Amino acid sequence: MTKPTAERDGSPAATVRASRTGLALFWIYVLLYGGFMGLVLVRPDLLALRPFGGVNLAILAGLGLIVAAFGLALVSMLGRDTR
Amino acid sequence: MNHEASFAAVAIFTAFVLGVLGLSFWLGRRGQSAAAYYAAHGQIHWFVNGIAFAGDYLSAASFLGICGMIAFSGYDGFLYAIGFLAGWIVALFVIAEPIKALGTYTLADALASRFGSRGITLAVAISTLVVSIFYLIPQMVGAGALVTPLLGLPHAAGVVLVGVAVTLIVVTAGMVSTTWVQFIKGSLLVLFCGLLVALILGRGLSVNTGDLTPQVRTVTPDGRVLVDGRPQSRDHDLRPVGTLSALPARYAGRTTTGPLGPLEYFSVLEDSTIVTWKSTRTADEHGVHVTYEPVTRSGADLLQPGGSFKGLRSGRLADRLDFASLMLALFCGTASLPHILIRYYTVKDAAAARKSTVTGIAAIGVFYVMTLYLGLGAMTSGALDPTDSNMAAPLLAKSFSTTLFALVSAIAFTTVLGTVSGLIMAGSGAVAHDLVSRVCGVPLTDHEKVRCGRIAAVCLGVVAMGLGILFKNFNVGFLVGWAFNIAASANLPALVMLLFWKRTTAAGIIAAVTVGMVASLGWILLSADTFEKVYGLSRDLAPVPFSQPGLVTIPLGFVVLIVVSLLTPPRPAR
Repeated sequence: MTKPTAERDGSPAATVRASRTGLALFWIYVLLYGGFMGLVLVRPDLLALRPFGGVNLAILAGLGLIVAAFGLALVSMLGRDTR
Repeated sequence: MNHEASFAAVAIFTAFVLGVLGLSFWLGRRGQSAAAYYAAHGQIHWFVNGIAFAGDYLSAASFLGICGMIAFSGYDGFLYAIGFLAGWIVALFVIAEPIKALGTYTLADALASRFGSRGITLAVAISTLVVSIFYLIPQMVGAGALVTPLLGLPHAAGVVLVGVAVTLIVVTAGMVSTTWVQFIKGSLLVLFCGLLVALILGRGLSVNTGDLTPQVRTVTPDGRVLVDGRPQSRDHDLRPVGTLSALPARYAGRTTTGPLGPLEYFSVLEDSTIVTWKSTRTADEHGVHVTYEPVTRSGADLLQPGGSFKGLRSGRLADRLDFASLMLALFCGTASLPHILIRYYTVKDAAAARKSTVTGIAAIGVFYVMTLYLGLGAMTSGALDPTDSNMAAPLLAKSFSTTLFALVSAIAFTTVLGTVSGLIMAGSGAVAHDLVSRVCGVPLTDHEKVRCGRIAAVCLGVVAMGLGILFKNFNVGFLVGWAFNIAASANLPALVMLLFWKRTTAAGIIAAVTVGMVASLGWILLSADTFEKVYGLSRDLAPVPFSQPGLVTIPLGFVVLIVVSLLTPPRPAR
């Protein structure tokens, strides 16, 4: 399950490239999302810490996940456009 | 609570709705072919499509449901926002470009493309209808909740108003008008929520303890409504709630903070003391009583997970699994929602599909960040209706001005229109294009395919109105979680495996879609939440251990697909 069947079936090359880069970025986000949900489930006490600006980790991490989603989407798009 | 309509509110609202309908009729004259009706000729600009994605996705659940949940329970509503946005990562990186390459009008097109299987088309069309109907319920409930305070009409009138308006939009111009309605709605929603956030930060936080006497609402056996033992009326009603009882020590001697910065707002709130209201339901021979009592809580506590998802603090494994299951469904569900996926057919190529997804993520991400401010702003606005969490955002706007309330309510109503039109489009395509034309093999001309889609849209509109009235008392954010579970369980395994596992067979896809859909639907119908809130039975009677099925039924879909595919001979791909 490493390459999309679209690639092996000779679908458009753009689809293949999108899948390769996209899957790497996808797994990065899965780690971030999974890590945050893991904290919520297992160590919610850590989310009460206030590491920056007097704001707790729960809010900072939540906002960070939203920003990260956009950041990765942008990386994917810019990476494709400069290729 | 009873809400009084104002002339300004009615005028602004009417102008909005008539404007949207006028645009729809105008666009409807431009194209009557099946390609125009179902996919807007595939010629929508990627930026317009991206904002339309936001307009399609930011439903009543996002605007009304999440804001309401944050306003009533604190941080947990924001977990929904995080999950909803995370789902777009799956859509962008895994699904977007392949789905554009594989399909024409519907999700079934894409899933059946390799095999040309009528069985796949049938299974996916049914799953599309089920998901769309489950997603329609919260939208219609949201519409009813909005119209009550805005126009002074009963809940059912709001539901019917949305149903009629949206059916007209879809019937007149299909995907063309749906796209533009969603674009307008997405733009307005983000812009006006931005304005509200600026007003919230500008107002800062103020101490306002208000009247903290418990309130009782009674519905007598003959249907009369009493408040604190006397008939409910304009002059005698439940008091609005949601106040802040103490500011942090650094504001000693002051009752207001003045304007606050974006992060400062959270930090001040965390050190403040807030009064929330809990409700307790009892029943006796005099009727059903709901008692609303104030609960003083620290801001730090409200800004931690666990306010709404009680299981996060109870330590019960089943409760934690319930939460994990919901978060998994939100992550996997977005990329499986038929009304979102069909938007990939409205742009010209895979590059436009990708760019529009990134644009959508930007708009949706900004909106979800703002929901945290909107919800917390509503929580401390002193304007909350204790009986209806869905009204938190519009009532927050009302705490600034009636005009803003009318504008925000009209935008929220347009929000419902945009999402419902997308859902009805997806459903009508499933009926006309998939079931009638492909599965039943009825030869339809281009014109007949459009007419069939329109008839299906009218039927779906009627069903949506009925369900919207039936599910009146549910939080719309909670309801939409069900739709995500069913979509993720039924569609995602088939979509992913079709793209990434060469051994996938048509039988495997049919089995995965069918089992995923039936299992998740069955699980929901047997869950404690449904027993309590739909059947009115004790939660303890529910046979399944937790309410959200995704944790079990999404992996089940994958397992079924793999097993059935391995047991059936591979057919050459078309």
